[in-house]
This record gives sequence, structure tokens and C-alpha cells, in this order.
Amino acid sequence: MLTAISRAIERRLPLMVVSPLFAVSLFFVYGFIAWTGYISLTGSRMMPSYDFAGLLQYERLWDTPRWYVALKNLFVFSGLFIGISMALGVFLAILLDQRIRVEGAIRTIYLYPMALSFIVTGTVWKWILNPGLGIEKVMRDWGFENFTFDWLVNPDFAIYTVVIAGVWQSSGYAMALFLAGLRSVDDEILKAAAIDGAGPWRVYTRIVLPSLRPVFLSVVIILAHLAIKSFDLVVALTGGGPGYATDMPATFMYAFAFQRSELGVAAASAVMMLMTICAIIVPYLYSELRGARK
Amino acid sequence: MRARSTSGIVRRSGPGAVVMRVVLFAVLGLFCLYYLFPLFVMVSTSLKSLAEIREGSFLAFPRDIGFEAWAKAWGSACVGVRCDGLQPYFMNSVMMAVPAVILSTTLGALNGYALTKWRFPGADIIFALMLFGAFIPFQVVLLPMARTLGELGLAGTVPGLVLVHTVYGLAFTTLFFRNFFIGVPDGIVQAAKVDGAGFFGIFFRIVLPMSLPAIVVTVIWQFTQIWNDFLFGVAFTVGDSNPVTVALNNVVNTSTGVKEYNVDMAAAIIAGLPTLLVYVVAGAYFVRGLSAGAVKG
Repeated sequence: MLTAISRAIERRLPLMVVSPLFAVSLFFVYGFIAWTGYISLTGSRMMPSYDFAGLLQYERLWDTPRWYVALKNLFVFSGLFIGISMALGVFLAILLDQRIRVEGAIRTIYLYPMALSFIVTGTVWKWILNPGLGIEKVMRDWGFENFTFDWLVNPDFAIYTVVIAGVWQSSGYAMALFLAGLRSVDDEILKAAAIDGAGPWRVYTRIVLPSLRPVFLSVVIILAHLAIKSFDLVVALTGGGPGYATDMPATFMYAFAFQRSELGVAAASAVMMLMTICAIIVPYLYSELRGARK
Repeated sequence: MRARSTSGIVRRSGPGAVVMRVVLFAVLGLFCLYYLFPLFVMVSTSLKSLAEIREGSFLAFPRDIGFEAWAKAWGSACVGVRCDGLQPYFMNSVMMAVPAVILSTTLGALNGYALTKWRFPGADIIFALMLFGAFIPFQVVLLPMARTLGELGLAGTVPGLVLVHTVYGLAFTTLFFRNFFIGVPDGIVQAAKVDGAGFFGIFFRIVLPMSLPAIVVTVIWQFTQIWNDFLFGVAFTVGDSNPVTVALNNVVNTSTGVKEYNVDMAAAIIAGLPTLLVYVVAGAYFVRGLSAGAVKG
């Protein structure tokens, strides 16, 4: 009798372990998304209210000039951040793939910024780009009297400082992913190409890089994901300023939720962010998981 | 011209190749400088006096090395109105990261094990649904989480942050362990089952001892993520319970008084040191975590 019970428990143990964890993620992920989604459809301002108001908050969101600034910044930042990080990543990965004896050490140096908090990165670059004492001063001391580099405090250019710091932090990551991809290219194909008389340039552009297409896709998705979520770096480097010139959706949402107490608009902006990420991540996860099962 | 192919790379010999080799190393070295110079600027600025900072170049080596800025950043710099330095906030981060890392890693290991080695109907769907939690923009959970922490009486506390990081770390830790356990042959588990070993028996005696690499990767990944987190820290804590990243940002952006760049830099190093040390000591595992973050194990 007792052994029958214990055996019945034993059989259900895996499910008993997984269920509470699954329930936790249902509640904290899906439940919370549903709550935020619902709040975005109400008239909530200071306090959450639960009376349905249709798309009112979305209308308000898309009537907010600051939201357009945030979106424009997101496009500018993502485009440059992803493009430059990838170009640098491929370039460095190819260079490192030339049988370098100190490859390990160099890779360590290229990748260490990834271990740092974006707040640390932002703090350092804020100092380097400081108009009074940073690069500008160095260039003037070197004799370029009229050299001006005030991007950090210039509303039209401040977003590019976020790109500079972001690329510094993440390009090594792209390099590491590309390097792993390069290492998995079949040697036999390369040997055959070399015997056919193809030079290194042609081997890379015609054979190696095309075969890395899945890696390119992964890197784009990872970097896009980082870009959409970027919050810390903006806060540390520019604080979203000057004014709200470097606002991004993530900082916009935070400002409206916790500083301006516009819960409805904040929720609507969070839902917009989620939908953007879903559009990128869900097809990717689907194909990865399906591919893994084969 | 003789062409050789070794480990996938086509190499030629001759004077042209030597020049190429020199250019290659020059470019690689230049990029080393590019990645290292912010670290150098951080360290050298933190060792200078304010006067030296104002006179000299930020790229110059410090003339007289002093640790006053470090002492101040650690023990007496003002974070908001409180002037105890980063020390109490550093401790907050320790009190936050250690339990959150242990909890999320343990639960992720159990979860990954149950989902791969004791497969039941729906296991794949459960995994896919949980995995999605690793990719959501956390802005979408900030408001309800703030309310939930309030209901639980954990608002503005370090244990509240432990809960948040455990819950949202679970998706990643499950992913890491699932990918690892998929590579463990089912035969080992099957044999143990035939011998009468149970769910936890197999886990503790067979699976766990062989998953040391997965544990190391997960612990490093989680520690780095949680230590470096800013969003949850700034949204869910106030003043005394701030983690060190939030305190660092407050030190740097304090608008009162003279701007002390040397103290800012020392504070940045202090906040970044734990994860940097982990990276230097266990870099290979860190890289493995990063590539596992690209979903594929």
C-alpha cells in the first residue's frame, strides 16, 4: 500500500517539480504581460483603473512628440549599432582566424567589455567624451585649436555617443559569435577552393561568408534585442538628454511610469516594445526550436 | 607560389606574406588599444588628483599616484544625501546576487533535468513558453511587478530584488541546463531507473556530478547579469536598498558640489570589478554562456 503511494508520487515527481516553476513563469511573465496589456486599454493615469477605454492610451502615445523622438532614436541607434558592431565583428573574427599564436589573449581583450555593466561603460565614455576635459581637450592640446567635439551635449548628435559606447561594449560579442561560426566551416571545401586557385579574398567572399548566413542572422537578432532593450547605457551616458534628445522606448516607458505617473501611456509603450521584440524573436525561436528537434 | 592549407586557412609564403602578417598584427594590436583605452583611462583617472585632471590630458599617465579617490568612492562619496560611499550598496549587490544566483541556478537545473530526462507530454511546449520569458522587454512587467512586490511587503527591499532576479533568471538557467542535458545520453538515466533509482536519486548521484561545466556557465552568466542589472534596481529599490549599479549612477550624476572625476572613475571600477574578475578567472565559461544566450547550446 505504502509503496504503491510512494511509487505513484515518484511517477509524478517530474511534473511536480516542473509545474510550480511553470506556474511562476505563467504568472510573472504571461500574467504580468496580460495586466500591462489590459492597463494599456484603460484610462489609467496616476493610479491603475480597470475601466475599459479602448485605444485611448495608444492614441495619446502616438500623439506624444517625445515618443517619436524615442522611435527615431531607436532606429538610428539600432541601425548604426547593429551595422557597425557586425562589420567590426566579422572583420576582427576573420583577422583572428589567421592562425594567430596569441589569439586567446587578444580574444580576451576584445570581449572583456561584455562583462561590464552598461552603467560602468556609460560612466567611462561620458568622461572620455566630456567636451571640457576629454577628447576635445586632448585634440586642442595637440594643436588643433578649433577642434570641437561636443556630441555629448549636442541634441542633434548625442544619440551617436550612445552608438559609440554601445559598439565598444558589444562588438567583441559579435566577433566571438562570428569566430565560432568561422571555426565550423568545413576545411575540405576550403582546401578544394585553394586547389582550384581561389585567393584568400575570394575564398572568404564567395565561400566562407555565404556559409555563415545563420550566424549573421543570430547576431542581428541578438544585437537588435540588445538595442531595443537598451536603457542603462542611455541613462548612464546622457540621462536621455539633452532634454529628451536621446530618449529611447525603454527610457520613455520608465519616465512615463515612474516619473510622470502616466501609467496608461507607459503600459501602451511597453506593449509596443513587446510587440516589436515578438516580431523579431518569435519566428527566430520557432525555427531554432524546430531545428533542434530534428 | 606555394599554397598551403592548414586548419581551414589558406596561407602563402614569400615576402608578400610577411608584409601581410605584419599588417595583420598591427591592426589586431590597434584594436587591442581601442578596447583597452577606456579601461586605462578609468584606472589612471582614478589615481590622479583633481588638479592634475584639470591641467593634464586624460590620456596621460598619472604623475603622482594617490588612492584618495578610491577611499572616497568606497567610504565617503555622497550617493544622494547619504555620504557613506559605495560600500553599503556594494554589500546590497552581494546580498542580492548571491542568493538569486544560487536559487535560479538550482531551480533551472531541476527544471532542465525534468524537462529532458523525464519527458512527459507537453514538455516541449512548457519549455518554449518558459523560454519566451528570457526575451521579453522587462518594461512590460515593471508596473505589475512593482505592485506585486508592494503586496508581498517586499517593495524597496533587497529580498524583493532576489525574487525578481530569480523569477526572470529562470528562463535562462532552464535553457542552459536543458541544452546541456540534451547532450547527456538517455541510456545512463534509463539504466539507473532500471536499477530502481528515483527522480532525485538520479539527479543528485548521477546527473549533477557530471553537469559541473553547465553549473559553472550558468552561475557565471547569472552572476554577471544580476550584478550588472540596473533596470530592476532603479525601478524597485529606493535609497538604502539600491544595488551598486544604481548607486554608481547616482554618484556620477550628483549635481551638487564640485565634479570629482577621479572619484567617479574609482566608483566605476569598484562597481565593475566583481564581474571583471569573474571574466578574467573564468573567461572561457563566460564566452560559452554568451553563445548559449544565442539559444543554440
